Amino acid sequence: MKYRVTYPVKFVVLVLMLFSFIGTSIAQEEATELTFSATVSRLKVRALTAKGKAIEQLAKFQNSRKILILQALVDGDLFEVRDSGQIVIAESKEDKYSIVLADNGNGIGLVESSAIKKIKLNNRLRSKIRSLVATLQLNSAAAEVRLQAVKTLGKSINQQSLFTLKKRAEIEKDDDVLDALGLVIALDNLNSTDRLIRLKGIETLKQKTSLKAVNRLQAIIDKNNEGQFIEPDAEIRKQANSALVKIQARLQVYAVAETVFFGLSLGAVLVLAAIGLAITFGVMGVINMAHGEMMMLGAYTTYVMQLLLPHHIGLSLILSIPAAFMVSGIVGIGIERGIIRHLYGRPLETLLATFGVSLVLQQAVRSIFSPLNRSVITPDWMSGSWQINDFLSLTWNRLYILVFCLLVFAFLLQILRRTRLGLEVRAVSQNRNMAKAMGIPTDRVDAMTFGLGSGIAGVAGVALSQITNVGPNLGQAYIVDSFMVVVFGGVGNLWGTLVAGFSLGIANKVLEPYAGAVLAKILVLVFIILFIQKRPRGLFPQKGRAAES
Amino acid sequence: MLLKLLGNDQESRFVLLMLLAVTLIIPLCNLIFSAGSAFYFSAYTVSLIGKYLTFALLALSLDLVWGYCGILVLGQGAFFALGGYAMGMYLMRQIGDRGVYGNPDLPDFMVFLDWKELPWYWSGFESFPFALLMVMVAPAILAFVFGWLTFRSRVTGVYFSIISQALTYALLLSFFRNEMGFGGNNGLTDFKDIIGFSLQSDTVRALLLMGSGMILIAAFMVCQWMIKTRLGRVVTAIRDHESRVRFLGYRVEMFKLWIFVFSAILAGLAGALYVPQVGIINPSEFSPLISLEIVVWVAVGGRGSLYGAIIGAVLVNYSKTVLTGLFPEVWLFTLGAVFILVTIYMPDGLVGLWKRKIGGFKDE
Repeated sequence: MKYRVTYPVKFVVLVLMLFSFIGTSIAQEEATELTFSATVSRLKVRALTAKGKAIEQLAKFQNSRKILILQALVDGDLFEVRDSGQIVIAESKEDKYSIVLADNGNGIGLVESSAIKKIKLNNRLRSKIRSLVATLQLNSAAAEVRLQAVKTLGKSINQQSLFTLKKRAEIEKDDDVLDALGLVIALDNLNSTDRLIRLKGIETLKQKTSLKAVNRLQAIIDKNNEGQFIEPDAEIRKQANSALVKIQARLQVYAVAETVFFGLSLGAVLVLAAIGLAITFGVMGVINMAHGEMMMLGAYTTYVMQLLLPHHIGLSLILSIPAAFMVSGIVGIGIERGIIRHLYGRPLETLLATFGVSLVLQQAVRSIFSPLNRSVITPDWMSGSWQINDFLSLTWNRLYILVFCLLVFAFLLQILRRTRLGLEVRAVSQNRNMAKAMGIPTDRVDAMTFGLGSGIAGVAGVALSQITNVGPNLGQAYIVDSFMVVVFGGVGNLWGTLVAGFSLGIANKVLEPYAGAVLAKILVLVFIILFIQKRPRGLFPQKGRAAES
Repeated sequence: MLLKLLGNDQESRFVLLMLLAVTLIIPLCNLIFSAGSAFYFSAYTVSLIGKYLTFALLALSLDLVWGYCGILVLGQGAFFALGGYAMGMYLMRQIGDRGVYGNPDLPDFMVFLDWKELPWYWSGFESFPFALLMVMVAPAILAFVFGWLTFRSRVTGVYFSIISQALTYALLLSFFRNEMGFGGNNGLTDFKDIIGFSLQSDTVRALLLMGSGMILIAAFMVCQWMIKTRLGRVVTAIRDHESRVRFLGYRVEMFKLWIFVFSAILAGLAGALYVPQVGIINPSEFSPLISLEIVVWVAVGGRGSLYGAIIGAVLVNYSKTVLTGLFPEVWLFTLGAVFILVTIYMPDGLVGLWKRKIGGFKDE
């Protein structure tokens, strides 16, 4: 008996389910008529197919907030408020969330994280939204956004997105975006069955500098394991090969450009390290073995500034420049007044005494800050790199240091040329006695010059803190190099220092791929030693009476 | 002649006597008396003193070029290390198949690097006389080539100092490379024996000390004699006024080269004596800091007086041993301060102070 009762029950359930199914599909049909806010609130349905539908419908509205909402959804910033069921975009604020209504952007305020519920997605929906957003952004007014959209769409191309891209390509005005569009379309052309379209695609790829293009073209001319060509069409292989050769020739140029950039950035570091020395050694004739430690002090000043302003890394870095100049400059003046003053005219003794100073400073830093390296945080605007194309990217920090080096150089040149101090420095270096007779306070000028050179070294330390570890041995690593730069460039010649620094940097980086980093350095050192044999006064020797003394 | 060898002043003779006493008494006491006796010197003391003696030889070699010829070499450590490496290579070959990998031909680090045969420059080092020759020849060649290039083009003074520092820096970098075939970062170590005798035995240690002392005494006497000869007097004249000597018709660069090469040989010998007593040689001996420390030894003792260099080397190293043991942080402060104070207040070092005092008494 029992079984007889159950059968009708099952039937009823089945019918009910069927009805409810039809009911939902009817409701979905009606959805096209729904308002924007109603569509937005449909995003919270659980069923993924229904959610997908809702997303597609949302994309069809002419509403400026739709991209924002979709982006928030894919980023995981779209939430449902548990009590009211409203859809909101939330932003994390410490342990709470600040929420705004998704459909009209009205703020609601801060809520606990337990009050809201994240709207979940799966990977298929996520990539769907990405391509939807990209398609929408393809019509954005900003070229930057359009470019990004083309790149996103290019990652997973399908019939529909290809059609959209081709449409866009007809009306696109911006060169960069056109270029990116051309690449995506040409890559797709290679998949075509039509031989002419494929050849056209290869022709277009010839102009593109893209890793993808190289890989695809390489795949065309590759052989399979049996040694036969994968691509049967000889003409296409030939064209692909010539396109590859052309691209590779361009890549060579980029490789050279990259080497030159790395060389220049290494050179910039060398120039920064050596330029202070060019003042103290080149102009005053004082061998300052503690020069490296002046840089170290500058780097530690950066570190201390960062401890003082932990929430403003960028600001602390900029403030470090004058601070490091002051710290190292004052220490430099102290060294000059306390030690070097007693040793003028005895260069070897100066060398030894300043070496003593460098030992004391190193140990002082070791005792105060510990012998371990300290890390200096790089501000956001200095990290990352400038991606010019797939094969050439320049790191921002090195680019900034290159610019910074040139600024420091220009600054120093102007000081020596245009200020009263510069005039006095030059006068004293040319003829001390005569300068004294003309009423120049040579003692004070000596101290100021030494302070200037040391201060510049401190500023160099700020730059170094961004690319190497800040530790007690920071200066030692650069002291031999900076002397080499000054001697190579010609003592007493700032321009010589600049040229020498950059050319040594480039020479190092050109040799590196063949000889390895250490051997390249050794070769450069040996080269300088031999060079000085030939021209003991460096690249740009001083001429005239000043050179005799 | 004998007077020239001994030096004609009291101080030289006194230092010579002291050296002789140390060289003879300490090893004998170590061997004759047993531990616990008041006259016993421990094996540690023996190798420590042996080390000081090699440093004194090194200081002597620098004093010869710096004090008497005015050439401040900031790369004297390079010659020391080269001599040390030559001796180390001999000791390495003596290990034979007792290494960790038990390879009879190749030292452990080469087996580790998967090398199949000895590089050509390692051949011959299994023979002691050859190694001994190389101890002197290798630094001499380096000094000759470097000196010939620099002195001929009249690189002098500070420029020479900096280039010589760059030289030792370049060698430091290259010896750090494994591809060079000198053990890279770790250098050469784990030595077992020398001419068939174990390096660990007390007798060998005592004999090494004696040998170091004897060679130091011999070198001291040769240097004393050399600076009294015509060569020595020309060299001193070059220090005081180089261009005047040149105008008088002397070939300045030849004299400089001679004294530089000779000093490099002495430094190489010092390195060769140092390595078996310390048991290791690694690239850090090439570091510019070591070379600068040698300069301090000479400066403290008093440059331009050979016995001053010996006193300075022993004194500075003794205080280094004591200070690094007691307060490791203070050593660099002290060294730095010594650098500064000596150059400003005692340009002629302790010897200068002593002489001024004596001179003061005599005047009264």
